[in-house]
Amino acid sequence: MKFFRTLRRSIRDAFKSVFRNFSLSLASISCITITLIIVAISILITFNVQNFTREMEKDLTIVVFLDTDATEEDSKIVMEKLENMSNVESLTYQSKTAIKEEMRKENEVFNEVMSTWSEEDNPLKDTFQVKVKAVEKIADTAKRIEKLDKVSTVRYGEGMVDNLIVAFEAAQKVSYGMVIALILVTVFLIINTIKLTIFSRKREISIMRLVGASNFTIKTPFIIEGMVLGIFGSIIPILTVCFGYVALYNHFDGYLYSRMITLIEPEPFIYMVSGIVLVIGIIVGMIGSASAVRKYLKI
Amino acid sequence: MDLIRVKNVNKQYKNGVTAIYDLNLSIKKGSFVFVIGGSGSGKSTFIKMLYREEKPSSGEIFVGGINVAKLRNSKVYKLRRKLGIVFQDYRLLPKLTVYENVAFTMESIGATKAETRRKVLKALELVGLKAKIHNYPDQLSGGEQQRVAIARAIVNEPRILLCDEPTGNLDPDRSMEIVKVLEEINKTCGTTIIMATHDKEIVNKMQKEVVLLKDGRLIKHLEKGGYEE
Repeated sequence: MKFFRTLRRSIRDAFKSVFRNFSLSLASISCITITLIIVAISILITFNVQNFTREMEKDLTIVVFLDTDATEEDSKIVMEKLENMSNVESLTYQSKTAIKEEMRKENEVFNEVMSTWSEEDNPLKDTFQVKVKAVEKIADTAKRIEKLDKVSTVRYGEGMVDNLIVAFEAAQKVSYGMVIALILVTVFLIINTIKLTIFSRKREISIMRLVGASNFTIKTPFIIEGMVLGIFGSIIPILTVCFGYVALYNHFDGYLYSRMITLIEPEPFIYMVSGIVLVIGIIVGMIGSASAVRKYLKI
Repeated sequence: MDLIRVKNVNKQYKNGVTAIYDLNLSIKKGSFVFVIGGSGSGKSTFIKMLYREEKPSSGEIFVGGINVAKLRNSKVYKLRRKLGIVFQDYRLLPKLTVYENVAFTMESIGATKAETRRKVLKALELVGLKAKIHNYPDQLSGGEQQRVAIARAIVNEPRILLCDEPTGNLDPDRSMEIVKVLEEINKTCGTTIIMATHDKEIVNKMQKEVVLLKDGRLIKHLEKGGYEE
């Protein structure tokens, strides 16, 4: 009972304090708002890069070309060997006839040229498309496939893929670092602004200590105040995420620059990011005020 | 049974100044004690150690069964709830009314509204300020402000009331009024009162228990006496 009474009083005092010291509260709120907007943007970028990397990895395939004179028997043997490789996730076989038909459907010029080709003088090759389990080992696996009998060429987009993987890993690390650094900056700013509010109530705190208020009773209103500031401070960042991201998504039609880079669909993505931003705001506000008030609880 | 027991206490501040040398004394429940001495004699330090604003450098202090020297920071409130404290500069909250200032104690310790109201009105009646409960501190005289501070200190019915120069800012007539209020509390509630002062007139007139400190040492501890003896 007493606990709830204290809690109720704390919540009342916290709101009173936010509005009574409005200019200071506004300073803290705008501080939180600005940093949280940047945090939110970093989170959006991080998730999109992650998503894009994952999509890219899914699309990565090794294409195995067999020798032109490979018979159906040969392809079956190669297929078995491929299936037994540890890093192979799945594979699809396409005969040269099937490839020819596909190409003819795709392009009129090809259609004209290829219509004259008979089964025997088809210069195309039977292929396997191999998906791998671990993308980092793709080069290794490609090399091993190349050594198999009846295999002429192996392609997996060597240089470009390697560079992309390195670039995305770097981008991810940078964005993680940025999010963490920004959160730390926010905590620091909030500690300082809340310190100002608390400084103006130093006397009140010391009297509370003298008349026998427990540290819990003294601290709770300030911690709730920090949470309230965090909630107010995350309103604009959340709106920015919701409307800004949807607008961006619609403007680019879900793709960035090319069909290769897809953006994450706004729903439910923006709700998740908004949730994260809100939680960061609340926690940061709590930590900020808890550490700001600690100094005054020693005497 | 001694309510306060001080054993071999020394207090040295961080800047090297020693304020109390080997202090031993005990104070009985229900007594009214004047702690007297000139400036720098250590009376404020003594009072501060009783409510643990300062910790003794060595020795033991028991207040109502609590070992103050060993009390952890987060448990200090347990001691303070047994004490009422009055200062020379009143320390009222200027934005709260007289009633709210006194109720602040009760709210801080989580009392119900009904209990708060009953005890606050009783305390304000005891100090004779029931008519001014809606005034703000700056609308009161110094003597009245000090009486509000006393009401705030006793509202939780503490066993001990510590007063650090409560009459330091008041003229002789107001000072006497304050001491009379304290004597009334001592008689009607049985509260032990420890008052640090350098006001000779009051001490001589009241003829109460006296602890005389000089340069941090205990010079005299009399059951009944004045300043000059």
